[in-house]
Formats: sequence, C-alpha cells, structure tokens
Amino acid sequence: MFECLAERTIALAVRAKQDDPEKGYDPLLQERLSAVLPAATANKVKIISNMGAANPVAAARAASAIARKMGIGPLNIAAIAGDDVLAEISDTSPLLEGGIVAEWPGELIAANVYLGADPIVQALAEGADIILTGRVADPSLFLAPMIHEFGWPADDWRRLGQGTAVGHLLECAGQVSGGYYADPGFKDVPGLANLGFPFADVDANGEAVISKLPGSGGLVTAATCKEQLLYELHDPSCYLTPDVTADFRGVRLEQRGPDTVAVSGGTGTARPKQLKATLGYHEGYFGEGQISYAGPGCVPRANLALRIVEERLKRLAGEIIELRLDLIGVNAIAPVARPPAEQTEVRARIAARTRTPQAAAWIGREVEALYTNGPAGGGGVTQSVRPVVAVASTLIARERVTPRTHWEIVS
Amino acid sequence: MKLRDIAHTRSGDKGDISNISVIVYRQEDFVLLRQAVTPEAVKGHLQGIVKGEVTRHELPSLGVLNFVMHRALGGGVTRSLALDAHGKCFAALLLDLEIPCEPAD
Repeated sequence: MFECLAERTIALAVRAKQDDPEKGYDPLLQERLSAVLPAATANKVKIISNMGAANPVAAARAASAIARKMGIGPLNIAAIAGDDVLAEISDTSPLLEGGIVAEWPGELIAANVYLGADPIVQALAEGADIILTGRVADPSLFLAPMIHEFGWPADDWRRLGQGTAVGHLLECAGQVSGGYYADPGFKDVPGLANLGFPFADVDANGEAVISKLPGSGGLVTAATCKEQLLYELHDPSCYLTPDVTADFRGVRLEQRGPDTVAVSGGTGTARPKQLKATLGYHEGYFGEGQISYAGPGCVPRANLALRIVEERLKRLAGEIIELRLDLIGVNAIAPVARPPAEQTEVRARIAARTRTPQAAAWIGREVEALYTNGPAGGGGVTQSVRPVVAVASTLIARERVTPRTHWEIVS
Repeated sequence: MKLRDIAHTRSGDKGDISNISVIVYRQEDFVLLRQAVTPEAVKGHLQGIVKGEVTRHELPSLGVLNFVMHRALGGGVTRSLALDAHGKCFAALLLDLEIPCEPAD
C-alpha cells in the first residue's frame, strides 16, 4: 500500500500531464515499484496505490514497463481513472468554502472527485496484482482489500465504519508507529532513523491489531494510535468517506503487548449521497526571499530589513495580492507582542502572492539587494518563485461519477 | 501547570480548517482537561492565528478532545503565505496553555 497524494498534488500533476501526456503520475513510481516488486510478487502480495495521480493509465503503462525490464511476470495491472470530473463542474457549482465556482479568483485547472473502495474491490475480484488509482479517499485504499477478502455487503455500515477506522490509522504509514510523535522527555520514541511502518491483522469483523516488524524503530501504543485516529478529523461521529459515514466515538484502543494495539468499536451509517471533489485553481505566483541576521541587535536589524523591503515593494502594489513579513525564530509561526530580548540569530522572510511571475521574482531580488543596501550584517539570502495552485471543494452527485478501469497485462 | 504536563497533541489540516487533538496521558486527568481546555481558551491561546469559530468534540472513552478551528490556515494550505502553511506547529503551541493544577468541584 502506497498512499502518496496530498490535497493539491493532483492539480500539480495535471500541469505535468499538460506538458507531457505520458506524465502526471507520481514521480517516485519507478523507485517505489522496483524496490518492492521482487518481494511482492514472490510472496503474492498485491500492491494498491494512488500513485496514478492525474494519469493512472500512464502510471500503469510505466509499471508494466518496469516489471518487464525486471523480468517480473505474469502481472495484471489495473489503472483506475474516472476521478477527473472537470467536465462536470459548471460556473454555478457551489463551493464548500462558500460562493460558487466562477467567483473563486484564479483559473480552474483540475477537478478530481474522491472515489471510494468500489472500483478497487472490483479490480481485485478481476485478478489485479497491482492497482494504480488517481484520487481515491485515503482510507478507501485500505478498506478495499478488507471488503474483497471478507465479502462485506456494500451496506454493512458497521464493518465498513470499523474498517475505515483501521484504514484511517494506517493511511499516513509511520504516523501511527511513532513517527510525528516524539517529544524528548515527554514522549520518547526509540530508533526513529529506522522507523518501522505499520501493518494490521484484520479479522472478518474488521477488528484489527496494529503492529510493526520486530527490530524496527518506532513505537505502536494506544497513544500513538489516538493521535493518528484524530489526525485531520473534524467531527468523530461523522467522518465522511465515499464508502460510509464513519463514527469513531466508540473506538477502543487496547495495548495487547509491545508495539501491538487492538482496534475495535468503530461503526458507521449510510454512505453520503454526494461525493467531494477537489478543485485546483491557478491563482497567481508565490515569491519569497529570506535573509539572516545574528549577534547583538539582530532583531532590530531584521525588522529594519523587513520595513525596507515593504517600502520598496509599494511600487508593485498593483501586482501584489497578499504580502507577509516574518521574523523566523521570533514570530513566523505565532504572532508575539514583543520579540525576546536576548535573541542570538533571526531570519527575515518576505513572502507574497502576485499576479505575475515577474512580480514574484522581484520579492527575492529586493531581499538580495539587502546584502549591499540594507542593514549591517545580513547573510544567507535565499529566494524562490513558483506558481500557486490553490484548492477549493465542491460536492458532486454520486451517479454523475463513473470510475473506469484500464488493464495492462504483463505476460 | 501547563497543558503539556497532562496531555499530548497533534494537528491536522483540511482546506482553511486546522484541527488539534488533545489527549490526556492518564485517563483521570480528563475531567481537568474538559474543564480547562475550552474552545474559548484555545482561541485565546492561538490569538492572531485562528480567525474563525472553534468547536470542540469529545471522545471521553479515549481521553480525547478534538478542536476544530475555522479560518486558521491563512485562506487554506495551498494559498497561504505562512512558513508553516499546514499549521503543523499549532499543536505544540497549545501545549504551553496554562491550566489549573486540579479540577474545580
């Protein structure tokens, strides 16, 4: 299982596909597949991944080429597409953020609906060894093999809810097995440099035991599982996926032994009638510059640097949509009333969203000019420019979405 | 006493919404947690970050409170100009919240 798609990854991949029709899938597909294919095929382990991103069909073609080159086969590779719903989106479609599609600033470049477990379950039934999808809800990637293996009915909301809880715990891999958890002195985790990824032994009721390989680093405890259960969750009684409205309020996490936690008690109600789609917008450009100051008076000098750049950028006011000034080490994460008196080093950061790439590039140039024209002792300038792909969300009726499966057969 | 003495936290992001789960180390501290860490306390502690409403969900059997903070991510992770656009650091900021040593009767 490789879960590899963040919220806006697909919109970025759509741009890659526009430049080259054989791209737009995860750039690490080759490295990941060639690392696991020999062991996976030898042990008859199936591979499910959303590495197809914006182009699952091209990903399947690439996967079959990788397998052939490695002399691995026979293999049935399924690409699951149909999450691209750009054609279904109209200017008047309502956004979950408020307003309608046409009112969002920027140019709509991608719309991908979250598919559920169904098309993966079907591909498994038809004998797929590798399944590469585009946008599929993360827990659905994990729920699909449970439905396939145990034959759960599509309206068995209790098991689908419990299976979704297990999928949600696994979907960020190391985040349930001690990754993203350590806080020395409070939450110590051994062997993080060799973090063991989790696996779950699931029974026919969806009850599962989460663990990791003996000898690997990390930690699986009720506490690591609690942090992950709530990760990116809002109302725990109503976790919407395409498969079920999951309810995690009754979830029990029981430590059975070292790095062994039993998960039970998840349930659910009927799946939502509408599916969520993520819309990707091209919304201007991001420009940034940073410069460091150290020693006595570093904070006043860094503040002076910010004010100089702010004043000089006034001539670009019409080009700048939003400007942000930070002192990294003082207030870049959280605003503070007064900087600490004894700061030994600080980094000034100027970031802006602009209408043009030229204006975005000016941000870094103005920071670079501080070397010679700014306060004393500035060093270590970095600058960057990139297009902004912002995302918004809408809902789309389930019956307007048709998953499609494409096969690549390696003999 | 600080929140860090009785609980651990993790943040997540979705659009312009950040959530922080607050989890007690010892189940017996849940009463204190529920009294001390109100939506108002969270919003006050994260002043200047959270621009919208804060709602609280409770999972008493796991010793967890989940805070859902609206308009907390500078318009959304993908367009925010913040250094930490995901708000990943917010969970740790909350650990510095001052709380009473014991629950009130």
